[in-house]
Amino acid sequence: MQAFEYAHPRSMTEALPLLGSRWGETEILAGGTDLLSLMKNYVVTPKRVVNIKGLRELRGIRGTPEGIYIGALVTLEELRTSQPMHEYPALAQAAAGVTSPQIRNMGTVGGDLCQRPRCWYFRSGFGLLARDESGRSLVPQGENRYHAILGNDGPAYFVNPSSLAPALIALGAKARLDGQNGERYVALAEFFVIPKSDAERENVLQPNEILTHVIIPEGAWELSSATYEVRQKEALDWPLATAAVALKMQAGKVASARIVLGHVAPIPWPAPEAEKSLAGQPINEATAARAGEAAVQGAKPLSGNRYKVQLARVAVKRALLAAARPRSIGAKGGV
Amino acid sequence: MPKRPKSPESDHPKVKGGPEESGRKQAGLGRRDFVKLVGGTGVAVTAGVLTKEALLPAESNAQAAAGRRGIGPGPVNITLRVNGEDKDVAVEPRVTLLDVLRDRLHLTGAKKVCDRGTCGACTVIVSGKAIYSCTMLAIDAANSSADILTIEGLAPEGQLHAVSAAFVDNDAQQCGFCTPGFVMACKAYLDAQPNPTYEQVKAALGGNLCRCGTYVGVRKAVLDAAMRMKGGRS
Repeated sequence: MQAFEYAHPRSMTEALPLLGSRWGETEILAGGTDLLSLMKNYVVTPKRVVNIKGLRELRGIRGTPEGIYIGALVTLEELRTSQPMHEYPALAQAAAGVTSPQIRNMGTVGGDLCQRPRCWYFRSGFGLLARDESGRSLVPQGENRYHAILGNDGPAYFVNPSSLAPALIALGAKARLDGQNGERYVALAEFFVIPKSDAERENVLQPNEILTHVIIPEGAWELSSATYEVRQKEALDWPLATAAVALKMQAGKVASARIVLGHVAPIPWPAPEAEKSLAGQPINEATAARAGEAAVQGAKPLSGNRYKVQLARVAVKRALLAAARPRSIGAKGGV
Repeated sequence: MPKRPKSPESDHPKVKGGPEESGRKQAGLGRRDFVKLVGGTGVAVTAGVLTKEALLPAESNAQAAAGRRGIGPGPVNITLRVNGEDKDVAVEPRVTLLDVLRDRLHLTGAKKVCDRGTCGACTVIVSGKAIYSCTMLAIDAANSSADILTIEGLAPEGQLHAVSAAFVDNDAQQCGFCTPGFVMACKAYLDAQPNPTYEQVKAALGGNLCRCGTYVGVRKAVLDAAMRMKGGRS
């Protein structure tokens, strides 16, 4: 990897001035599980790396009147095992879906949300939009078995790599972004964006900001939630398709539903048609399957990823059935 | 995490790295020893001299300096606590913990295979937790003053830790290249969960790959090691 200057601030006041005003100058290091690989591959070549692990205010999970504050430095293992997270099965299951204990010990909540896409064109240096010399995307004409089936009108075809985002969005979570001019709160559903040009990124974070907290709103613990991932391997692997659901049940019927798909689109993909199909219905094989069907209605598979449509359809169905089960029995990922 | 002995001379002669140690190793002239001999610097020289008088233009007092402004990109003096011993090295911030362990401290048990945080061959235990040493900067490990345990520090010279012994007895390796990583992952797991089920063991090994496919033997070894560690055998 390219040599860089290293900073290890002890407070937000020290950290924020160390960040650059343009992308590419400075990178934020926390768990390092994604950043170090990107630097070794020369996909990112920062002049300065700012290690934020010394920022104590970014640690820990605490309850407040507005909801649960999860620090960006909380590790995936802490998230999986912490007592408060038992109220949010979708989130604990999503953390458990990262099946390497080593990655869960190192990787953080903030890092999971801010990790760069796994798209192999991006990782090989062709940029986020994977264009050739003539400006055409390499994805539709090339190997695209792991690329998007939804939200893929171009020029972006990568899939959002976050394990936690679908569950957090289903639970209505927001992110707190801190910069030198203060903090701002962004609903996680609006945090991720589909880039339309080379100048854009896959989220709204600015180069001089740090994602410091994720907040699950008060009341979300009442929701019946679950995450179902389909992965090729039981060992460490990114999912091929994920569905996270959060249901508000009244007398055995769905009062409201949030359904979010992961790893099928450049952003965590909401499924409003599937949500509507469940209104006033009980959750059973038939209604869950119908919701799965509705969730993939708009899918436009590429030449090599038609199989992902069925995976997404089934992930929605199984997540719904898991969410409707008594809380002690969770959804199980893996194939 | 159990406390490592403060004075490791008696327990960990392998990682001592004193001048006598280097001399003894060079007599055997393995591949690494030959390279060291030609290079002219063993770990003892690096560790002993650099801390007192910086031979390289290394920045000192790295922890304090790195706060408000950056340090590097040149070599920086850092101290790593490895197998109970403080090791002083001068490294550029970009150097990983794995590279320092292998190339500077000559602890070659942790293996460099994928170097991308995927295969688990470089697994070491930092502050009681299994991590990929290829995916942690050495300067980061120094900053957090973490206790780093490598497979060399697992048991006194000439003895096998219960996990290692269970690997031998259960035929838990073929080519053996992934084995140190597996042993460290198992050790960290059993310290946290001394009574695992087979299914739990399977999940606990999700961060380590064995391309010979010896997973069944490894899982048996972990269950066996759990029994030995509880029974106080070995």
